[in-house]
Amino acid sequence: MSEPNLTTVGHDEAGAGGVTGATDQPGGGRQNSLWSDAWRQLRRNAFFWIGALFGLLFVAMALLPSVFARGVDPRSCSLSNSNGTPSAEHWFGFDQQGCDYLANVVYGARNSLIIGLLAVVVILVFGVLVGAISGFYGGVTDSILSRIADIFYALPLILGALVVLRSGILGRGVVAVAIALAMFGWMTAMRLVRSQVIAVKSSDYVAAARAMGASDSRILLRHILPNAVAPVLVYATITIGVLIAAEATLTFLGVGLQAPAISWGLQIDTGQDLLRTAPHAVLFPSLVLTLTVMAFVLMGDALRDALDPKQRS
Amino acid sequence: MGRYIARRLLLTIPVMLGASFLIFALVYALPGDPIRALGGDRPLAPAVVAQLTDEFNLNDPLWLQYVKYVGDLLQGDFGTDFRGREVLDTITQRMPVTIKLALVAIAFEIVIGIVAGVMAGIRKNGFFDNVVLVSTTLIVSIPILVLAFVAQFTLGLQLGLFPIAGVNDGWYSYLLPGLVLAAGSLAYVARLTRTSIAENMRADYVRTARAKGLPRRDVIVRHTLRNSLIPVVTFVGADIGTLMGGAIVTETVFNLPGIGRAVFDAVRAQEGAVVVGIVTLLVFVFIFFNLVVDVLYAVLDPRIRYE
Repeated sequence: MSEPNLTTVGHDEAGAGGVTGATDQPGGGRQNSLWSDAWRQLRRNAFFWIGALFGLLFVAMALLPSVFARGVDPRSCSLSNSNGTPSAEHWFGFDQQGCDYLANVVYGARNSLIIGLLAVVVILVFGVLVGAISGFYGGVTDSILSRIADIFYALPLILGALVVLRSGILGRGVVAVAIALAMFGWMTAMRLVRSQVIAVKSSDYVAAARAMGASDSRILLRHILPNAVAPVLVYATITIGVLIAAEATLTFLGVGLQAPAISWGLQIDTGQDLLRTAPHAVLFPSLVLTLTVMAFVLMGDALRDALDPKQRS
Repeated sequence: MGRYIARRLLLTIPVMLGASFLIFALVYALPGDPIRALGGDRPLAPAVVAQLTDEFNLNDPLWLQYVKYVGDLLQGDFGTDFRGREVLDTITQRMPVTIKLALVAIAFEIVIGIVAGVMAGIRKNGFFDNVVLVSTTLIVSIPILVLAFVAQFTLGLQLGLFPIAGVNDGWYSYLLPGLVLAAGSLAYVARLTRTSIAENMRADYVRTARAKGLPRRDVIVRHTLRNSLIPVVTFVGADIGTLMGGAIVTETVFNLPGIGRAVFDAVRAQEGAVVVGIVTLLVFVFIFFNLVVDVLYAVLDPRIRYE
């Protein structure tokens, strides 16, 4: 609707500039947007591909666990196999109950992925919303929202989530853990968006949009927030890994997922008592957990390098 | 500067109050009746229950309980837990362990982090630079929980180099948990130093120092490093508050009787007064060091002026 308006204004006011702009565009010459530049950079980054490979492997494990578990049911156990060591048949050995450990570790991926993704979505929605409002309106609104963010920021993530989950106001289970993590993790996203909004709020193109009568929500959504996508995307990628690690930690501390659920945190918790006799019980879930976290950290790091034009030489 | 500090201190008050109220409200929502739980299998006499409930203000609405709590806190009274033990006693008894742990962690951060960062930064894209880049990425990816077990198993159990639990060997028993606690920040310090050094190596004053024939060592240590340390110092300062939070996992795995372990036990045992007391203290430490760092920033770098 306002797209044609924009071009006509451009022609009327800035004659020469508008004309060259118009001749450039329909020519279809390759447009070097931030994203195509970033993708070209990303393709050449080995770390990105390692991260993407492990990330895909992890997602596939969460979606199709039976394939990766080689068709073994994680809950079909025989006590005679208790703490059995890894073998050609059973790659990860057995846990204390005599269940195939590979199957158990593989089936643990789904809960981790759901919690990581759910928490990061809540963090993004809430962080972007509060950050945009705070940065756009400024003044008292900004002061109040920023102080609230400071309050949550001063509380360590694990400690806050620990108390929330123990209080039981969210219940137990996957959603509760995700919400608890999001409750104490939204502040960085909010600060990122807020600073981006403040940085571009006073730019000329925002003033131009306002002069043409665009509403606040349109200016925010179409003109300001797209600038914040890159840093938020980098942050979100790394945060998924951090959240997955935090979930395992909370479960290990006894306030996350509970026994019938299959989770790496639970496996590490049970395994820690067997560290002397059956170290593989801690080793395998720890290894898979670490690779998963690493996948997101590598992808996030590579994204940051690719999206930050200042670092390019 | 004085006005800036005063303003920051004023802003601290609502944040402190908000954070402690948040935790207070959450603890208030903890399930179960701790007073009745005191009696165990034998129920307490109703009169005793009534007296204890009254003593801990448990009949008051949430906000009033909180106001009374803050009133006591301002007079230095952290209250007592449900067994009648002073919360302040618990804190003063547990605090030294956590302070030692944090000191060891910061020492690791500074020594290993800065040395690795300098060696990587002076030859950007060299062999050692790539080693540091890969190893810091790995370290950042390992959850502190996993790292604790790996360290316990390899360095403690298999090689027998370090005690794996408890604090019976003095400072020596803090080395392993300190290293684990420091790992993530250590990697960050190394990267920060690397970037900072690499940037300053190209600066005019470094070229001048080289041109007048100073030995390479002096150029790096006296000229480059000193100027590169400003972001590192501020990061380490701000990290002190974060380390206190990370201590929960480390102290639990290594069985250290510190403040993190105490707050974890208190959450599990629903000892509200202990949880709120310790969390309030942690928040204070966090905010305090952040303020110190901001002031330090201006002291170290004369180009930065507040107001």
